[in-house]
Amino acid sequence: MPFIPHTADDTSAMLDAIGVRTIDDLFDEIPAALRVDGLPGVPAGLSEAAITRLMRERAARNVPSICFLGAGAYEHHIPAAVWEIATRGEFYSAYTPYQAEASQGTLQLIYEYQSMLAGLTGLDVSNASLYDGATAFAEACLMAVRSARGARSRRVLVPRYVNPVWRKVARALLAGQNVELVELAASTGRTDLAALGALEGQDFAALCIPYPNFLGGFEPVDELTDWAHARGMLVIAACNPTALALLKPPGEWGTKGADIACGEGQPLGIPLGSGGPYFGFLACRQALVRQMPGRIVGGTVDVEGRPGFTLTLQAREQHIRRSKATSNICTNQGLMVTAATIYLSLLGSEGLRRVAAQCHANTRSLVGALTGLGGISAPFAPYFHEAVLTLPRPVAPVLGKLAAAGILGGYDLSADFPELGHGLLVCATELRTAEDIDAYRRALAGVLGVAVAA
Amino acid sequence: MREPLIFDQGRPGRRAPSQAPGVAAPTDDLPAALIRRTPPPLPEVSELQVVRHFTRLSQLNFSIDTHFYPLGSCTMKYNPRASNKLAMLPGFLDRHPLEPEGHAQGFLECLFELQEMLKAVTGMSGVSLTPMAGAQGEFAGVAMIRAYHVARGDAGRTQIIVPDAAHGTNPATATMCGCDVVEIPTGPDGDVDVDALRKVVGPQTAGIMLTNPSTLGAFERRIAEIAAVVHGAGGLLYYDGANLNAILGRALPAAMGFDVVHINLHKTFSTPHGGGGPGAGIVAVTDRLEPFLPIPIVGRRDGQHDGQHDGQYCWLAEKDRPRSIGRLSGFMGNAGILLRAYVYMRLLGGEGMRRVSGFATLNANYLMKRLAAAGFTPAYPQRRASHEFIITLKDITRETGVTAMDFAKALLDKGFHAPTTYFPLLVPECLLIEPTESEARQDLDGFAQALIDIRDLALRDPAEVKRAPLTTPVRRLDDVRAAKQLDLTWQSRHPARPAGSHNQE
Repeated sequence: MPFIPHTADDTSAMLDAIGVRTIDDLFDEIPAALRVDGLPGVPAGLSEAAITRLMRERAARNVPSICFLGAGAYEHHIPAAVWEIATRGEFYSAYTPYQAEASQGTLQLIYEYQSMLAGLTGLDVSNASLYDGATAFAEACLMAVRSARGARSRRVLVPRYVNPVWRKVARALLAGQNVELVELAASTGRTDLAALGALEGQDFAALCIPYPNFLGGFEPVDELTDWAHARGMLVIAACNPTALALLKPPGEWGTKGADIACGEGQPLGIPLGSGGPYFGFLACRQALVRQMPGRIVGGTVDVEGRPGFTLTLQAREQHIRRSKATSNICTNQGLMVTAATIYLSLLGSEGLRRVAAQCHANTRSLVGALTGLGGISAPFAPYFHEAVLTLPRPVAPVLGKLAAAGILGGYDLSADFPELGHGLLVCATELRTAEDIDAYRRALAGVLGVAVAA
Repeated sequence: MREPLIFDQGRPGRRAPSQAPGVAAPTDDLPAALIRRTPPPLPEVSELQVVRHFTRLSQLNFSIDTHFYPLGSCTMKYNPRASNKLAMLPGFLDRHPLEPEGHAQGFLECLFELQEMLKAVTGMSGVSLTPMAGAQGEFAGVAMIRAYHVARGDAGRTQIIVPDAAHGTNPATATMCGCDVVEIPTGPDGDVDVDALRKVVGPQTAGIMLTNPSTLGAFERRIAEIAAVVHGAGGLLYYDGANLNAILGRALPAAMGFDVVHINLHKTFSTPHGGGGPGAGIVAVTDRLEPFLPIPIVGRRDGQHDGQHDGQYCWLAEKDRPRSIGRLSGFMGNAGILLRAYVYMRLLGGEGMRRVSGFATLNANYLMKRLAAAGFTPAYPQRRASHEFIITLKDITRETGVTAMDFAKALLDKGFHAPTTYFPLLVPECLLIEPTESEARQDLDGFAQALIDIRDLALRDPAEVKRAPLTTPVRRLDDVRAAKQLDLTWQSRHPARPAGSHNQE
């Protein structure tokens, strides 16, 4: 019996103590009409050896490729120590640190995580994480609507080049609370400052600024921040955390800095993992902390005056406030935050800055190599870490042929952004070598029927 | 034992050089105004320091792997190592979520079969794996109920009924979905007060959210009647699957009359709690809610397509599912957690699942009997315990001043994680105890003896119990100070120190 330690003697002694004959008798309060005898739809149990064989066979059917695909999830080097330690049973099989005295390891780690994320974003405080980047973005919008002083509006301005899936997720999550996302027009790969004039006189709770945006481009962050603040809006930064080692943090944008920063934490030591679990981060200015959703850890002292850590500001949360809570969230992505905190400790600011710089340099090399084939252009610059290419013909069939050759060529932009024509979003992280980039160039040349020099 | 903050262990210029590129690549093409001037305050430490620090931190935790962890409503059962190891096979772990379906047939086959198994354990006809936690599953469920009413032109149904014993997420979720919450009381026997329910249902009723067995650790015996009342009023029934471990293979939520259920895979199907996540809160529904399931869903191509793709697994998304409530995650949910649950379910099989509920219930009833025999007061002594049960310490508290919280702290000194305290809110000074099926009889006996010893000490020397814990890395913490004098980052402790010069200690 897998994972059940009872011997036959244990079972009969326990049944005797309870005063019933069989285990089935313990279910006598379930009305007879509702009882079932078993689960015929579930196959018979397997041994660990058999399930290992099955899973290895299935994992092997997933075709390995060279990855030039980003679009919200990025393949970075993950130090071996990260998951060796994160999967220690003491982290892996602990629960939310409700009993603080028995959870100081998790609590201190989250405090260190909060410090690192506040430092990266240039803001005062961070929560203990949310589910992923998309939901962190939605929660940031909600938080801004709750916090915005003076604004009567439940509308948030969202530039066109925020991750299109994040916008879909936010719409799904915010629909019930009548929060509306209003698209801000864009051209030349970034938000069009001239379009802001048309919005004068309208009331918005917040403006969201992606950094870099979904196309890898730079928004005019200083101008947008000051414009929004001058009109009583809050500013939400939606950022790539790797980029923040190299780029000016949201807390320093414009005259006063962004108010809230959110984003996808996956680049910080989390494997691509077929889509998750990842984690979302959320940081803000001190003044907004009571509107922040999710767990928050604070330092304090014990009865002997020794320093320690505990969950704090719980009066915001569902288990206390019930229907008036800031969110229904209970979870943080504890295990992913454990990995990210170890990752950031191993990389340090210089290591992370080098990762960011190398990603950028590799993407530049890739763009140079592919545009050198002729007929392919890179319409927008500058870009960071990820860039748009325009192909001479529809992208999907090209990507299909590249995939067959073992190359994930990027993300087809034509459905989300038809105005870009045959747009392709490419990315080369620090893991891509000159050989990888050359393999892509040759494969693409083959697909497009272009001759390449040896 | 105290471990210094990682920030306070560094020295300027110290690094773990094998983990980052050896040289800094040029970034001269980036706009100068956007370059960061002061580096972020990250630690400057060696790889060994990192490994040692986080290993030591881990040792400050209680966990299932180190301690009995009878946290009620959380199902802290053994997390098989095989689930972790097999979900982390490179073929799954190194896959980009946007890779073509043709590259991912092995992964998709696991998820498809997981959907089928989840239909079998709930009796439902449709499943979406995308919700990333129980609370997100609840959101999906209530959003589907709303979408169903709106689609029928019955948009005035905005009221969600919850029992007073419900998890806090239930009312919080209803609010997030734009619904009002109406609470109904629990009767003295632990069942929902059906007469009170009859009084609140009407044309405004969107649905009811129920946990069964309830958070009181007892099966809702009048569930068929409740379903008839709610359905009769035009509302739907939402099953909070937090306690599914109690009835696995014994009863099906669909047969009880529920229209939608979420399951916490990190409870019943033993994926790790990870210090607070990640979870997975899959949703399963009956036919009438099926069109509204959140996307994406795993499908299998059949003979209607070109023969070449027959039997291929694929994602069903916006185009195939136009009435969906939409996407809830950046990609497709917590894939790695879904794989862990899949492995666990295949290890158990249908028969093993039925044993899970059997032995979880045996353990809970045995422990309740032992404690009752030793003089403790079960909150519902006339009821059969499900996989968990409540004892109330209100008499001991009145007599000695020793509270449920004091018992919880004293248990830590005896090497047991505390049960859930002060939940459900309607039972005073309560401990909600869930031993799970993976604990052996001798561990239950040891836990019972620990409670007995604490009670005996409380009667003799209550002040001594109130001093606990004494053996943990810290003793009782000042929560009021934590909330009033906020200390949320290392930087806030060193306000004068400029960023980048932070490792001088």
